Amino acid sequence: MMKKIEAIIRPSALRAVLDGLKAVGYPGVTVAEVQGHGKQKGITESYRGQSVEGLLPKLVVTAVVGDKQVKKVVDIIVKSARTGEIGDGKIFVSPVSDAIRIRTGEKGEKAV
Amino acid sequence: MGFFEKLRALFKRRTAALAAAGFSALASAAVWAQQAAPVTTAASAGASAAAAPVVSAGSPQAISAGDTAWLLASAALVLLMTPGLAFFYAGMVRKKNVMATIMQSFIMIALISVQWVIWGYSLAFGPGKSFLFGGLDWLFLKHLPDVSPLAPTVPHYAYMIFQAMFAIITPALICGAYAERLSFKGFVVFSLLWATFVYDPIAHLVWGGGYFGSLGALDFAGGTVVHMSSGYSALALALLLGTRKGYGKENMPPHNLTLVLLGASLLWFGWFGFNAGSACAANALACNAFVTTNTATAMAALMWCAVEMVHRGKATTLGAASGAVAGLVAITPACGFVDLIGSLWIGAIVSILCYTAIQVKIKLGYDDSLDTFGVHGVGGTWGALATGIWALKSINSGGADGVLAGNPGQFLIQLKTVGFTAVYSIALTVVLYFIVDKTVGMRVHQKEEELGLDLSQHGEEGYHI
Ligand SMILES: Nc1ncnc2c1ncn2[C@@H]1O[C@H](COP(=O)(O)OP(=O)(O)OP(=O)(O)O)[C@@H](O)[C@H]1O
Ligand SMILES: [Mg+2]
Repeated sequence: MMKKIEAIIRPSALRAVLDGLKAVGYPGVTVAEVQGHGKQKGITESYRGQSVEGLLPKLVVTAVVGDKQVKKVVDIIVKSARTGEIGDGKIFVSPVSDAIRIRTGEKGEKAV
Repeated sequence: MGFFEKLRALFKRRTAALAAAGFSALASAAVWAQQAAPVTTAASAGASAAAAPVVSAGSPQAISAGDTAWLLASAALVLLMTPGLAFFYAGMVRKKNVMATIMQSFIMIALISVQWVIWGYSLAFGPGKSFLFGGLDWLFLKHLPDVSPLAPTVPHYAYMIFQAMFAIITPALICGAYAERLSFKGFVVFSLLWATFVYDPIAHLVWGGGYFGSLGALDFAGGTVVHMSSGYSALALALLLGTRKGYGKENMPPHNLTLVLLGASLLWFGWFGFNAGSACAANALACNAFVTTNTATAMAALMWCAVEMVHRGKATTLGAASGAVAGLVAITPACGFVDLIGSLWIGAIVSILCYTAIQVKIKLGYDDSLDTFGVHGVGGTWGALATGIWALKSINSGGADGVLAGNPGQFLIQLKTVGFTAVYSIALTVVLYFIVDKTVGMRVHQKEEELGLDLSQHGEEGYHI
């Protein structure tokens, strides 16, 4: 079985997270720019005096890994992305029912 | 919000009546014209006065290579302002409307370039005795004298094409009021009619030998003709069209502030042609206009940032850009009549006025989307009145002294021009809105607005992944 690990991190933490993952030999990763806010909300922007509730820029790092690797990968991300300040981000782990490698047609854990 | 919704409904219901009122205003204006003092062919106190020394009909001045070179270069500078405006506005709209917004300014260059040489220049500057129009003698630029009395040291074509650039940017300024919701067809038809029935008459009245020129109104480079006319028309259109879908509920922040700043910078650069070029000569007056323009603009940018720091705690780039444009607008009528001190005051005060006007707009809830009225209407009005305060005959012998030099009468003349321009622009805009809305249609359908004008009006997108 596999799990999807989605880590929402500070953009400044990306390098450390990728380096950390490389050290444990992770399979693959997808990174996307996203915006969001946690429990402290975003920052207020102002355009010609008009307020707009802004969101904070974050990155989402997605990795699908075999069940046995989940703990190792999560630990690495937490260690690399933590500053201890508010807004360090979150990691969500969810089950993945299948994976297919397009080139070969391999399925399941062999494909990730 | 409620107040303006109601006003709008009233406006809509009364459009026909207002249209009639507009036409009767025209008719009475024509009567007024006949009672007015005979219009002199001598240059108006604006651009013309700039072209010192006044020539007598018997001794034509020689064509000056320097003046001609400067005026042609200035025309090119002013042309660049319209693409500058395109970026300034396009950065402020949402992503889905970026190309439609650029298109409005860009196509205006093409549209009015053609309108101007076929009939626009003739209506605005041609010979004729009617109150609102110069006449039809110069259609297709036929029968043009070798030089214009307004610019006696350059070939007539140089002056004509310099003026063309003003005619282009003025209707483009209005785009800010109807951004993100006007159909392309409605936009083209409205702009053409507006250029013909609002811009050309006001240019005639102020510069083309018309009533305000003979009254002694001071408008060096077009505060009244360009900024007030477009600003007040923008206000009328914003009210008639109503707010963008989701206005006040959805966030509508500028999608690309770097474009806004690029556009503002191009405007600042091109404005030297607009203002210093309006001397129509490469002389000391052009240099005065250049320096007062730059100074007022700089002062206004600083002041806008200062006001923001006080009001919101942070200075913004959009604020710096808005302040610069407000300063450019305000100094436009004054740049060839006031000195450095005047330009500092004009720049400092305009930002306070425009910033306040925009805060009031937010409170009232009408949707002058990119603040054409807030910047050009308010800034243009301030500039026209301020010219009557700080003008000095010692700067421009063809001008007049203002209030501070002991001539309060000038302020009243300026006020009269301001009032007429505001009323005329609003009345005619209402009439034209009504005509275009009932024929080709002004506003896009809700679905098209939601999809964005880039896709719904032009079938393209500004950005692809
Ligand atoms: N419950 C959630 N669901 C989805 N995304 C979330 C959730 N909570 C946080 N995020 C994402 O994570 C980013 C960082 O959140 P953040 O670290 O500020 O969370 P927090 O709960 O406020 O914790 P902290 O107190 O450490 O700031 C947010 O900008 C948002 O994109
Ligand atoms: Mg948080």
